[in-house]
Amino acid sequence: MRGTVERVLDAQEIPQACERLVAEGARLQMAYAWFPEADGSAEVIYLAARGPHEPFLLLRCRLPQGSRQLESMATRFPLLGWYEREIQDLCGISFQGLPEPHPLVLHEGAHPSVPPLDPRYPKDEPLPFVSEPWDLPPMEGNDVQVLPFGPVRADVVESAQIVFYYIGEAILHCHPRLFFKHRGMEKRFEGLTPDLGVLLAERVSGVDSVAHSLAFCQAVEAASQCEIPQRSRYLRTILAELERLYNHLHYFGHLCHTTTLKVGEAQGKLLEEQCKQLNGVFTGSRFLRGLLRPGGLRRDLDLRALPARLRALEPQIEDYMAAMEATNSHLDRLITTGHLSRQTAFDEGASGPIKRASGIGRDLRHDHPYAAYDRFAMEIPVRAEGDAHARAQIRMEEIRKSIAIVLAAVESLPGGPVGTEIGEHARAEGLGWCEGSRGSIYYCVHFDETGRFRRVKVKSASFSNWRVFPFTVHDTNMMDYAINEASFGLTMAACDR
Amino acid sequence: MPIWTLYGLKRGIATTAWPGKDNGEVQPGVLGLPRFESDRCQENCRACADVCLPGAIGIEAAHEAERLTLDYGKCIGCQLCTESCPNGALLKSEDWAFGVRRREDLVWAEALASQPAQELTRNIQRCFGRSLHIRHVDAGSCNGCESELQALNNPYYNLHRLGIFFTPSPRFADLLLVTGSVTYAMREPLLETYNAMPEPRWVMAMGTCAVSGGATGGGYSCANGVEGILPVDVYVPGCPPNPAAMIHALLLLLNRAAQLVHGGYYAK
Repeated sequence: MRGTVERVLDAQEIPQACERLVAEGARLQMAYAWFPEADGSAEVIYLAARGPHEPFLLLRCRLPQGSRQLESMATRFPLLGWYEREIQDLCGISFQGLPEPHPLVLHEGAHPSVPPLDPRYPKDEPLPFVSEPWDLPPMEGNDVQVLPFGPVRADVVESAQIVFYYIGEAILHCHPRLFFKHRGMEKRFEGLTPDLGVLLAERVSGVDSVAHSLAFCQAVEAASQCEIPQRSRYLRTILAELERLYNHLHYFGHLCHTTTLKVGEAQGKLLEEQCKQLNGVFTGSRFLRGLLRPGGLRRDLDLRALPARLRALEPQIEDYMAAMEATNSHLDRLITTGHLSRQTAFDEGASGPIKRASGIGRDLRHDHPYAAYDRFAMEIPVRAEGDAHARAQIRMEEIRKSIAIVLAAVESLPGGPVGTEIGEHARAEGLGWCEGSRGSIYYCVHFDETGRFRRVKVKSASFSNWRVFPFTVHDTNMMDYAINEASFGLTMAACDR
Repeated sequence: MPIWTLYGLKRGIATTAWPGKDNGEVQPGVLGLPRFESDRCQENCRACADVCLPGAIGIEAAHEAERLTLDYGKCIGCQLCTESCPNGALLKSEDWAFGVRRREDLVWAEALASQPAQELTRNIQRCFGRSLHIRHVDAGSCNGCESELQALNNPYYNLHRLGIFFTPSPRFADLLLVTGSVTYAMREPLLETYNAMPEPRWVMAMGTCAVSGGATGGGYSCANGVEGILPVDVYVPGCPPNPAAMIHALLLLLNRAAQLVHGGYYAK
């Protein structure tokens, strides 16, 4: 796969290879399966990141024809647990010794005749589904209450269910039931051309439209060995930072909502609205959609008036952040809330601002620069505290960085065309990545002999962070739950896909 | 806490005058769904239909030639057709108030037959006066629609001033507002929410996914929107509809705004 260093291994060699990698300081990023041949044999792929500026490492494990079994590595590398369960649900490959063997992505009661991501599963056949009781952790003891909260929850929020096991105010165990919104997005890419695929990538997660379509475009460009013009690299950087800006402002509006800081909530959401309106004025879309395409951008943008508009917002944003940091009632609810240790963050796969708030200083923009990020000084803000306040502070720093990058990029925006044609890509494969506002996003694309997609794998930031989140909820209290959830800044759409 | 009181006072009123006063500039620059100029459309050209991911643009045989069909209920506003049309028959526009009562009104009809005037739904007015309580259910969206629904309560749109409120429980709701193309896993919770609502009750399909499935309808895990699952009273296409389009649709339901789209034709 282009964009990576590959190693082809037998099923027996995989655990040892992973252990060696991790011992050398690498971190596994994701795993997925696909069906490269018409005979139905499967291949499982593991992606690992080594240090900054070192190429990604890809371990490929082709299963013999007819074999649908592998050894689970989730006890050794816990973050792989969800990926293995997803592969089990969607590709029908079972993992021996999986510590949580029950379904994850497909709910209990969904019994497809063929796994949905197997090419033999017709693209338009609805899943047979009759709801069945769920696999929930058994609980003994008279005093323990079980509260299933959702999937339709109070307020305008995305659908998800959180099952609490609690006594009084104390939460013993938190068990999120997700994937109510699983739309089968990865299957939808099958058979599409890259130009239409980008529209789907924009719709994996609406508020991360740029981050997802950027990772997607870069994967296609890697596969087709396409060099895009400098101007489009800069414009992509600007769009990605404008997206981070409105998302982080929304984050603070919502965080203030949970700490009942009403004016703070209103101001955060107003600033978010002002940023979305800027997006609308300069790009035609409040979500910055309809601009990216493999090979560059679909059309040029006139951003000459953007710096003045952004500079007018900057002091308002600074005042707002300073006011939050000076409000004891707000800080009291954040400091020490939802603590995530560095070790847990690393082992369970935390991503983006969440891991940086727990002492892991990794950021794809800095470590593996894409678009025009290599032209801008990137310091990575890191906090060691690992609590809700640290997660908020990381985002404050990132807001400042985003504004600085946008201003610098508009200033030094080169001229020239904004797009080029992508090259020959029949049977090609490529990896693309992006540091979205919520963390790392990876796209792996596999083309067929006609240059259409055979398989597209989407790794979202929220998939990683939802996996980590419950570790900060067990043994805490109900009162802090909403604040802690808001401090993670999760989305369902990207996680469930 | 006093700093926040001062802060709020200093910030002043942030709310838009729209829709009270005529203020066409509530969404400056935001592109809506494309406009179709039928007389410029070239026969036997499929450029737009070939790039339409959700199949909003189709081709049907009419007499000797082929004819273009356009269904705004499936349009995701990606603008690819406006960029691929060689004759400028499909144009970028700032038309976004696409809320309609009848699904057919989103389908472009060549002959603009004069539509019967929309009956005032006296029932709604009698029951609710000018107020409305909404229960939102996300039935499998991309979170774009939720992001814009959440924006309705920001100080700029300030939905409360129009007497429209989101309610946590379906027991107090008049309107079920659905986003997303309805996944297999959300179908049952959606129906349970509807059944928990007291009558009379209304249903709004918000966003192209809820109207027709859009880019995410069908497949192994989704239905093609709310139609056929619940009786829909107002359809609002858009990917996502911007907050003003959402407010327009809510006022349309309450007979406090006029429908702008008839037979797929957008009246300014």
